[in-house]
Amino acid sequence: MTQSISVEQLSKCYELGLAQQETQLRDQLVRLLRNPFHRRRPKDILWALRDVNFSVEEGEVVGIIGRNGAGKSTLLKILSKITYPTSGRVRTRGRVASLLEVGTGFHEELTGRENVYLNGSILGMKKREVDEKFEAIVSFSGVERFVDTPIKRYSSGMRMRLGFSVAAHLEPDVLIVDEVLAVGDAAFQKKCITAMQDMRGGGRTVLFVSHNMAAVENLCTRGIWIANGNVRLDGPTHEVIEAYMASFASADGAVNALTDVEGRRGSGEIRYTRVEFLSKAGEPQTVTRCGKSLVIRLHYLANEVVEHPSFGIRMYTEMGTLITDTSTWLHGLDISRVAAGTGYIDLEIDSLNLLPGRYYFSLWVDSSVASHIYDAMEHAIQLDIEEAPVYGHSRRVDSRFGLVYFPQRWRLDGIGGRLSPAANA
Amino acid sequence: MRDWLSEIWRCREILYFLAWRDIKVRYKQAVLGVAWAVLQPLFTMITFAFFFGRLAGIPSDGVPYPLFSFSALLLWTYFSVTLTQVGNSLVTNSSLITKIYFPRVLLPASSAFAGLLDLLVTSLFLVAMMIYYHVTPRWTMLLAPLFVAQTAILVMGAGMLLAALNVRYRDVKYTLPFVTQLGLFVTPVIYPMSFLPHHFQGWLALNPMTGIIEGFRSCLFGGAFNWGLIGCSWAITLFLLVLGGLHFRSAERVFADIV
Repeated sequence: MTQSISVEQLSKCYELGLAQQETQLRDQLVRLLRNPFHRRRPKDILWALRDVNFSVEEGEVVGIIGRNGAGKSTLLKILSKITYPTSGRVRTRGRVASLLEVGTGFHEELTGRENVYLNGSILGMKKREVDEKFEAIVSFSGVERFVDTPIKRYSSGMRMRLGFSVAAHLEPDVLIVDEVLAVGDAAFQKKCITAMQDMRGGGRTVLFVSHNMAAVENLCTRGIWIANGNVRLDGPTHEVIEAYMASFASADGAVNALTDVEGRRGSGEIRYTRVEFLSKAGEPQTVTRCGKSLVIRLHYLANEVVEHPSFGIRMYTEMGTLITDTSTWLHGLDISRVAAGTGYIDLEIDSLNLLPGRYYFSLWVDSSVASHIYDAMEHAIQLDIEEAPVYGHSRRVDSRFGLVYFPQRWRLDGIGGRLSPAANA
Repeated sequence: MRDWLSEIWRCREILYFLAWRDIKVRYKQAVLGVAWAVLQPLFTMITFAFFFGRLAGIPSDGVPYPLFSFSALLLWTYFSVTLTQVGNSLVTNSSLITKIYFPRVLLPASSAFAGLLDLLVTSLFLVAMMIYYHVTPRWTMLLAPLFVAQTAILVMGAGMLLAALNVRYRDVKYTLPFVTQLGLFVTPVIYPMSFLPHHFQGWLALNPMTGIIEGFRSCLFGGAFNWGLIGCSWAITLFLLVLGGLHFRSAERVFADIV
């Protein structure tokens, strides 16, 4: 087999502070006049990648996983030639297409048709190629009716679909995809995954970065875990994912601090500060097992007296499907006032009937008497649920068996000529 | 260097699509459409003709003053407007630069290229004016496109330099309109070169637009060609093109990191 990508001794460093300090030519000139013989001081240096080595064979589908800031995006940017490495080298064979964003270069004022041509050309297609594939691109995206409408009138989902559709028709030798499946509705996600699987069948090399472990596991034959700018582990997908998941439990502890959550909304009179997962006995947990009881303790800080708040929580699967939505309001609880200061509220779940997997929680506090949001954040915390012999038997029940299970039993009374239970085991 | 140029050649279609996007977007919601391209130099010409031609009585080498100033404004407007756009081309397209790879030089090039449409429309108007003023056709008119091309090369050369600097130093963006505004007065747009005292003329030759505009007028209206001036202008233009290209090539490696 031939190597499709080879990465040798790759390093990339960023000089911190460069972006803020010397963006004015004026400042540079002033500095030069004041102190013409002074050499530039070495700045704070951040090594986004350090001595990364790996190679990818033709036709492999590799999932790259790692936490935010681990260097995944920098790696992809170097592989797609957007930025240059500080040292080391990268070799790629054939046409490389990178999809760090869906619909790169889309212009609001242009129609769907015009944007397909523009985007296709920027991604590396010839006009003739776009001409040939135009029908297929549009029908895959499902926006046929709006193809001559400016995309400023498109919904974000339509834009996504059109963007992915152009990319899916690129037919590159090497495809680099970054987290594009994180957005878009479930039906379209599935379509994208199928399209990427077809690529796998077509002998294309794919590098796929995602936080969606289910997608990585389904699509990739090999996983590379990047941590602190280095390859931590490289091997069969599920082994790498397991090791990666296990690293969370030890590092993050049972407390999820909520101080630097992105995209937080609300007016802020009262805010969640952290979340604890506890057992009924009050012991902290980072992972829990199917069917166990769980206490979710939501700590808050009220900056002033808040009247009639309602505390709520929503639970999602890794693919973003809403499992349940509950709040104090829904339970008919009226909290007349919350004094300024810190406190917590507990949600007790008797039996968490979810099958193994990773689940995300969205939290909010709003007013139970008016439509006013004090605090809201999406997918801010996560909880891993591990396998347990939920049916009182030793067979594995994992995510392949669905999302939930119900306390249940099979009755075999109606079967004539019953075998002994032992023969069944 | 050869790789760099051959890659640009391979991706030339992107240049076309980016220029097409710029033009399309610019005129999409404008009722008057491309007519806007003519309006700016037209009104400037009317103002100049009134204040400088009529009131101040500035000479115009025997050519009717409106024609004299409009012919220069045709090139000057392209130069000043497009240079600003080329200079900002990387910063305004930062979302492309950080998300996808293609030869970066296509961004300034497409801006310079897109500006040529406006220039083309304006030249149709110039032709109409020349017919109105009964300018006699002469073979030197065939040389006029050469000066248009030189302006485009100059815009590209200076533009690559400015665009690359603009990525790192954002004050370029604020300086540019100011410089092009002042530049109008050190270029023989309002006045002919001969209007200035002799010892100033040498300094003016350092401005490459001087040779271009004087040469362009000579082509159209039949004045004597000042070959020394034109040669000097070409030398500076080509020097800027090489300098701009070299600087751009060395700077483009970090565009995505700092833009």
